[in-house]
Amino acid sequence: MTGSNRKPWLNKAGTPQKKHNMDLKDKLVSSFLAFENSVDVNHPVHDIRSEAIRNFEIKGFPSKKEEAWKYTSLNSLQKIDFSIFAREENGLEYRDVKKYFLHEIDTYKIVFIDGIYSSYLSETTHDGVDICLMSAALTKPMYQPVLEVYFNQAASREESLTSLNTAFSREGAYIYIPKHKAPKKPVEIINFSTGNEASLLLQPRNLIVVEENAELQVIERHQSLTENEVLTNSVTEVFAGRNAIVDYYKVQNNTENASLIDNTYIAQKDKSTVKVHTFSFGGKLTRNNLNFYQKGEYIDSTLKGVTILGAKQHVDHHTLVHHLEPNCESHQDYKGIYGEQSTGVFNGRIIVDKNAQKTNAFQQNNNVLISDRATVNTKPQLEIFADDVRCSHGCTIGQLDEEALFYLQTRGIPKKEASALLMYAFANNVLESVGIPELKKRINKLIANKLGVRLGFDL
Amino acid sequence: MLKIENLHARVDGKEILKGINLEVNPGEVHAIMGPNGSGKSTLAAVIAGKEEFEITRGKISFEGKDLDDTAPEERAHKGIFMSFQYPVEIPGVSVTNFMKTAINESRKARGMEEMPANQMLKLIREKSELLDIDRKFLSRSLNEGFSGGEKKRNEIFQLAMLEPKLAILDETDSGLDIDALRIVAHGVNKLRTKKNAVIVITHYQRLLEYIIPDFVHVLHNGKIVKSGGKELALELEEKGYDWLKQETVA
Repeated sequence: MTGSNRKPWLNKAGTPQKKHNMDLKDKLVSSFLAFENSVDVNHPVHDIRSEAIRNFEIKGFPSKKEEAWKYTSLNSLQKIDFSIFAREENGLEYRDVKKYFLHEIDTYKIVFIDGIYSSYLSETTHDGVDICLMSAALTKPMYQPVLEVYFNQAASREESLTSLNTAFSREGAYIYIPKHKAPKKPVEIINFSTGNEASLLLQPRNLIVVEENAELQVIERHQSLTENEVLTNSVTEVFAGRNAIVDYYKVQNNTENASLIDNTYIAQKDKSTVKVHTFSFGGKLTRNNLNFYQKGEYIDSTLKGVTILGAKQHVDHHTLVHHLEPNCESHQDYKGIYGEQSTGVFNGRIIVDKNAQKTNAFQQNNNVLISDRATVNTKPQLEIFADDVRCSHGCTIGQLDEEALFYLQTRGIPKKEASALLMYAFANNVLESVGIPELKKRINKLIANKLGVRLGFDL
Repeated sequence: MLKIENLHARVDGKEILKGINLEVNPGEVHAIMGPNGSGKSTLAAVIAGKEEFEITRGKISFEGKDLDDTAPEERAHKGIFMSFQYPVEIPGVSVTNFMKTAINESRKARGMEEMPANQMLKLIREKSELLDIDRKFLSRSLNEGFSGGEKKRNEIFQLAMLEPKLAILDETDSGLDIDALRIVAHGVNKLRTKKNAVIVITHYQRLLEYIIPDFVHVLHNGKIVKSGGKELALELEEKGYDWLKQETVA
C-alpha cells in the first residue's frame, strides 16, 4: 500500500498543518499564495504562473475517465500528504552519490537536492554557453530576453499537470547554447531526493535552448535515495534551432516509492536533429509525456525507449510527434520487457498536418511479457491530413521465443542467462544509437542487473 | 555412449516418435535418413532436451545415465551438441562473446575456472581457421544477417569450439552449395576422434559422400524401419523414399 512509510510528524516545520482529508489539488492551489511570497511577482514570468495556476485549479489532476489517462491512475498518489516545499539545504557527500553520475567521463553537472540547487555537487559554466540554473535565469535581467522568447512557448497551456509545474516554476536547469557553439562535454541534470521529507513533491522546470548550428548532449536523472514517497512533476522545454543537434537521454531507474510525471516539449526548426532516449528501469509510477513539434522543413526527430520492469512498477509512454511542415522525418522505437506484476502503456500519436507533405513517420513498439501477470497496452494513434506521406507503425506483444531459448541452452547457457541474452538482443537496436559510449556501457550494465545476470562479457 | 530404447514422444499432443531404438558408441558416425515428416528433427530435438517434446514411453541414456529431467544446458555440459537447421539471430552479441559465454558456462558447470583470455583467443583462431572463417566474421552479431551457408559454418565452428562427445547435425546440408558443404564436412571430419560420435540427420545422401557413416538408419513414420551400412544411403538415393510407403501399406 502506498504511503506505508509515511511519517507525518517529520513534515517540514512552517508549512500549513495538514488536515487529513485535504485533497492534494486544494493543498497545491492554496500553497500558491505562500509560493508567491518567495518569488518576484513583478517578473513577466509571474503572469504566466498565475494563468497556469488558474488552469490547474479548473482542471485538477487528470482522471482515468480521460482517454489519455485511461491506463494510468493518479488516485493513490493524490491521497499522499506531500510536502510541497522542502527544507532548505540537504547536504550530500559526492562519494555517496557518485554512482548516479556518469563519473567515467567529465561532464557539466546541474544537481538539485530535494529541489534545491547544490553548488557543491554541480559544475556549471558561462564559458561561451550558459549551463546554469533556472532560478538565476528567472532573477537576473541579462537572461530576460531569452526567457521572453522561449519560456513556456513549447509547453502546453492546456494540460493540467504542465500548468501545475508552470505555476510553481522556480528552479531547474537553464541551458543556453548560442549559434555555432557546442559545450565540450555532456550535461547531467540530476535531481536527488533525500527522504528528509516523509513524502515530497518536486517540480523541476528546465529550459534548454540550442541555437542555429549548435549542439548539446544531456543526461537527465531523478534519483531518490530512500524508500520515502517522492512525486516529481517535471517540465522540460527544448528548442532546437536551424541545423542544431540535440541528444537527450532520460535515465529512469528510481526506487520503489518514487513516481515521475515527465512532461517534455521539444520544438524544432529547419534541418535540426533531436534524439530522445528514455530508459525506464524502475520507479513506482512513471508517466512520460514526450512531445515533438516540427516547426520547419527537413527535420529529424528520434524517440527511442527501453523499458524493463518488475514488481508492481508502472510506466506509461505517451508520445506525440506533430509534423507541421513538409519533408520531415520521425522515428519512434520503443521496446518493453515486463515481468512480475508490472504494467506498461505505449500510446504513440502522430499528427501530419495538411501542409506536411513528404513526411516520413515511422513508429514501432514491441513488448515481451515474461510473466503471466504483467500487462501492456499499446496503441498507435495516427492523424494524417496530408496525402503524400509515408507512415508506418507496428506494435507487438509476445513472449520470448522458445526456439531461440532452446538454441542458447543447447550451447550450455542456462535458461536465466539465455533469457537475458535474448532480451538484450531484443532491446539492442534502441541502444545502438546511444551517442555517449560510457553511457551505453552503463545502460548495458543496468540492463544486465535488471535482468539479474552476469555474463562472461559486458553487455 | 547414447542409448535410446523404445522411445515414444509427443509434440502438441500428437505422437511423432513411435518406438525408436538406437545405440551410438564412441567413434561411430550414424546417419539418420528419411522423408519429410518422418520424425528426424524431432528425434534430434528430443535428444538435445527440448522441453515441449514430451516423452511418453521409453528412455534416453547418455554414458549410462538416464537423461530424463535433464535440462538442455545440462545435456550440453555433459557433452551433447546439436547443430540447428535454423540457427537463431542474436543482435548485439558477437560470435566471440557468445562463444566465451557458452564455453565458460560449461566450464563453470564442470567446476572449472573460466578459460583465460589468451587461451580463448588461441582456440578461436585455431578453430576459425579450420572452418575457413574470416576474422571479421567473429566480431559480427551472432547469425544476424548471415547467409544460409555462413550460419551453418558458424554452427560447425561452435561445434569445434565446444568439442562435444556427441554431435547431432540436423539437416546441416540444407541450403549449402557444394563448396560450403565440403568445408563443413571437412570441419566435422577433422574433429572426429575415437572418443566422440556423430549423428548426421539428412534427407539426402549428398553430405554422406563427405562424412562417411558407419551406420545408416531409415526413419519413417516415427520408427526406424531399416538399418544398414553406408551402402544403404546409396540405395535410398537411387530408389527415393516411395518404396517405404509401399512397404508400410503392404
